[in-house]
Amino acid sequence: MVNEYVRQNIYFILFRIATFLSVAVLLFILLYILKEGIGVIDTKFLTSMWSHREITEGGIFPAIIGTIFLAIGVSIISIPFGICTAIYLNEYAKENLLTRTIKLAIRNLAGVPSIVYGIFGLSFFVFFLKLGGSLIAASLTLGCMTLPWIITASEESLKAVPHSFREGSFALGATKWQTIRKNVLPHSFGGMLTGSILGISRAMGETAPIIMVGATFFMGYLPSSPFDKFMALPYHLFILATQHSSPYAREYALGTSLVLIALIFMLNSGVFILRYKLRKKKEW
Amino acid sequence: MQEEIKIEFKDTNFWYNSKQILVDINLKIYSNKITALIGPSGCGKSTLIRCINRMNNLIPISKIGGKISYNNEDIYEKNTDVIELRKKIGMVFQKPNPFPMSIFDNVAYGLRIQNMRDKNKVKQIVKESLEKANLWDEVKDRLNLSAFRLSGGQQQRLCIARALAIDPDIILLDEPCSALDPLATAKIESLLKKLKNERTIIIVTHNMHQARRISDYTCYLLNGKVIEYSGTAEMFDNPKNKLTKDYINGEFG
Repeated sequence: MVNEYVRQNIYFILFRIATFLSVAVLLFILLYILKEGIGVIDTKFLTSMWSHREITEGGIFPAIIGTIFLAIGVSIISIPFGICTAIYLNEYAKENLLTRTIKLAIRNLAGVPSIVYGIFGLSFFVFFLKLGGSLIAASLTLGCMTLPWIITASEESLKAVPHSFREGSFALGATKWQTIRKNVLPHSFGGMLTGSILGISRAMGETAPIIMVGATFFMGYLPSSPFDKFMALPYHLFILATQHSSPYAREYALGTSLVLIALIFMLNSGVFILRYKLRKKKEW
Repeated sequence: MQEEIKIEFKDTNFWYNSKQILVDINLKIYSNKITALIGPSGCGKSTLIRCINRMNNLIPISKIGGKISYNNEDIYEKNTDVIELRKKIGMVFQKPNPFPMSIFDNVAYGLRIQNMRDKNKVKQIVKESLEKANLWDEVKDRLNLSAFRLSGGQQQRLCIARALAIDPDIILLDEPCSALDPLATAKIESLLKKLKNERTIIIVTHNMHQARRISDYTCYLLNGKVIEYSGTAEMFDNPKNKLTKDYINGEFG
């Protein structure tokens, strides 16, 4: 008989090696960017306006602000719509062929490459609606892109509320809306919010679509209205890394990516803290 | 004395996704009595009581035929107010299903959805309901505790208190003791006997001893059909149908 303990150990070792390798790769990427980029990060880099010719004279402040504005714009557009859609689809819509088709379509839309949303945004928001290349056009474009992610995450969160809560509420003579408001949403809202924020943080890193709908590499002022163009971290680092002639460009690109990662990490840690708190409260 | 009929099934049929669950049910449920529904798993007991408060309406692919009346009014009429109906016909489920909130909020839930604003009145009713459910003494000092901290038996009594708070006329119980130990079961049984003075109780149970202990009438269901329906003592001492006899003697099911 082949010793089952030996067999078990072989598999465990294989899994352990796989885990170790994946973690090592991720850690290496992070440490590499940290090592190469940390050198340029100082107060000037973080808080000064961009200096186009002598890049060491300025900083990436407008790109940070642009990315934050964009994240806010995307949140305003996609979170309320996404959550309301998920509530409708999961709680109200009759389970029939149409609903199933819509749900399938949403899941498929979640997988459409971002560049496709970019070209849609360019032709629809920028040209057809005449919004021009602007923060609002970019927010709408990325909002459309994040919408299916948020709907999907919110639906999962609603599905996680046990059916018995709804049944118990109906049996007490509650209407559907009362049941949703008092006994479903309070227990799923946190999950919806964490799912949404994760979607937003993914959108913050998008480069391809925003190039087409309003991101710019150099702007002498901060955007003051939704119809202004804007600078953004991912696009900024792309240009620095590929098209800029300054000898410091590569280092600055790495520094910029470090800032982008830090922003996204901050947002995600917020999500993890929120999730941890909610899980502690959750008792079923 | 002529007994008052609370619920009456007339040739009721029920289909779930083209599978027939209930077949030509004719049944009279009497006021202020405990009626037990017994029968093997899948015989349609739960479906039958869920027809009474129209919980089956929540399943879109179901269909009902025939008539069910409550106080002589057809509850499947077009203009029946399902919300009002469910306020009159409370339900306790097989698995205790407290809501993830405090003990107090659980019992107050039904009052709050009726927009009862008077806080003192809510407090009063919560207290009375917990007392009626024989739970008050155990929880009076910790009403703000999460309902999930209670034991299974306490949770089930909490669910009964929650149903009682909106003062229903009928209480439907779907195997309320199946997840409980004998002691907790005994507490619920004595509670039900007390409650029948004011209300009509219909209980689904797979425990024949329980049916015998607490009910006034017993109905034996098999494959969606009423096999026998009579006074409990009569049913257990002298079953008329051979199928009933086999079932209660434990030779089947």
